[in-house]
Amino acid sequence: MPMSELTQPEPPLLEAEPPEAAALAPAAGADAPAARPRRTAVLLGAGLTGAGLALLVVGLLAPLVTVATLVLVLVGLVLAGAGGSRLGRAVAGPGFDLTYWLAMAWLVLLVGVALLAPVLPFAEHEDVASTLLEEPFARPDLASEHPLGTNGFGLDLLARSVYGARSSLLIALSAVVIGTIIGGAVGLLAGYFQKSVDRVVGVLTNSLLAVPPLILLIALATVLEPKLRNIAFSLALLTIPSMVRLARATTMAYANREFVVAARALGATRGRIMLRELLPNVLLPIVSLAIVMISILIVAEASLSFLGLGIQPPAPTWGNMIAEGEGDVFQEHPQVVLVPGAFLFLTVFAFNLVGEKARARWDSRSVKL
Amino acid sequence: MTRKLALRVGELVLVLLIVSLGVFSLMALLPGDPAVAILGAGQPPEAYADLREQLGLDEPTFSRYLDWLVSAAQGDLGRSVVPPQSEVVDRIVSALPVSLQIAVMGLVMAMLIAVPVAMWSAYHEGGMVDRLISAGTFALLSVPSFLAGLLLIMLVVDGTGWFPRSEWVRLGEGDLLGNLHHAFLPALTVALAELAMFARVLRGDLITTLREDFILAARAKGMPPLRVLFSDALRPSSFSLVTLMGLSLGRLIGSTVIVEYLFSLPGMGSLVVNAANQGDFPMVQGAVLVIAVLYVLINAGIDLSYGYLDPRTRRAHV
Repeated sequence: MPMSELTQPEPPLLEAEPPEAAALAPAAGADAPAARPRRTAVLLGAGLTGAGLALLVVGLLAPLVTVATLVLVLVGLVLAGAGGSRLGRAVAGPGFDLTYWLAMAWLVLLVGVALLAPVLPFAEHEDVASTLLEEPFARPDLASEHPLGTNGFGLDLLARSVYGARSSLLIALSAVVIGTIIGGAVGLLAGYFQKSVDRVVGVLTNSLLAVPPLILLIALATVLEPKLRNIAFSLALLTIPSMVRLARATTMAYANREFVVAARALGATRGRIMLRELLPNVLLPIVSLAIVMISILIVAEASLSFLGLGIQPPAPTWGNMIAEGEGDVFQEHPQVVLVPGAFLFLTVFAFNLVGEKARARWDSRSVKL
Repeated sequence: MTRKLALRVGELVLVLLIVSLGVFSLMALLPGDPAVAILGAGQPPEAYADLREQLGLDEPTFSRYLDWLVSAAQGDLGRSVVPPQSEVVDRIVSALPVSLQIAVMGLVMAMLIAVPVAMWSAYHEGGMVDRLISAGTFALLSVPSFLAGLLLIMLVVDGTGWFPRSEWVRLGEGDLLGNLHHAFLPALTVALAELAMFARVLRGDLITTLREDFILAARAKGMPPLRVLFSDALRPSSFSLVTLMGLSLGRLIGSTVIVEYLFSLPGMGSLVVNAANQGDFPMVQGAVLVIAVLYVLINAGIDLSYGYLDPRTRRAHV
């Protein structure tokens, strides 16, 4: 048995525990006794969640100083999180992962709202002429007409973030689909035929990888008009090399397995072997890579818009909304950066989490992030 | 070994040629006449003719590519088409050191933060601090560098006023402290983008290493934990980290570009972004070519170094 005592908490090695850890320690200790009656666990979890949510609401609504609000919100979040996962584990079993479900809920909510945005009662998001009378840089106030505030033209930040989600998600998803189909097909062919096909494909993918991703995007943005279709095309180009590599490696791993040899011995054509025998095995790792890829592409698209090379304002994207806060604007009006920033962070985080989970389950060769 | 090396070099040259062809033919993607696209409509006809002449647009495409490649190899990347029409090479030569400094400083800072964090985390695997660190680094992975940079500016520059927002003191003008003072925040932003990944990978490897028998032996001899971690556990755990540093070079370049733009530093990133925004075509071509060549060469260097770091990989593949 390798040293299990190394994993036990030892005398502090580098420094004292941060205070928040110390405060949470008793709560963690309560996990240990597995025999704790289930009803108590449910009650405790529900209580913690309730208290946390209550603190959260008080923090958000009460007219307090910024620091106090922040502390209340943070403590509320931590409590609600701890309580929620306790509740979930008590109800759904020890494998329950609250963060994963929250991430899924966020993604479903975001996609739903983004799809329905034109029919939902949002304030103006793009037409500057119609908001001449609106207050510019309105502070976020959940009870008001602009719950997350407005930007310098009086455009509603919530509406802009939702419409930004439309273009971000549309661009990233279509780029991933294009990249996965092309990259997967090329990789499958290279992995199956090997030899000279593999060499040519290898040199071409290496050439695509020879330009750092963002630089490639900037170079393409110099010549292509900043339209949704063009940006999706450029982003798809970024995904192709890694898709090709993964599909090729997975195909090669399966190409000489018994079931493929058996199919060949039975006289199956190459096309049939690739489509019916190899593709189903290559598909899952590729799809899980594609999910991780979505978050990378969302960040890439946002970076491009932030640099002024993506979709042009006043049409909203998260990147160009954040860019509005450059200079001195965001010192006085932090919501201009924080609102789209929060949307961007939550979405990327959610896709990362879901993608990691998918890779851990489906791609045996996956590298830990 | 020699044959493999020759094959490797051959492929490298081929890749560089394809990249240069790609960079050159970017202009073919411009809709319509490149001269009109660059200058905009409504200029006198002579202006278009001059620019066409300057860019050599009247000659056949392939001979233009050869001319461009030959002069690029001789260190001439043409002139910018935006006034003051300076030599592209001169601008790149003055911008490159800034970017290199930010990138290297960022990388070093990322390591300085990531190594102790990963050690603490791995040594106390499963503890509350470890779980907080793991959650924190996973969250940090989802923060794009421009967002991290803006938040840092908001918290540090506006909060304390300790660091400047957007000036730059060149290295080699005597004022080393001033230079470091100006480079600190940009480098920290770059480091934030890198360190989460480093810390996670190193933590994973350290946990595996700490279960090995030789660590048990070292501890049984009564060596203090810090000594065990630094002199016994770190080296065998750092191989994936070195691989990862090579793999994340592209991201490092990307975040350096964004950080330079954000802090208005006179580096390659600002150069290429401004050129792209102004439609300064020769500048974009030159900068992209230089960045791509450097990137390919550094990657090839890293690949070769694996053979020395870990003899097992020498025979693994071509």
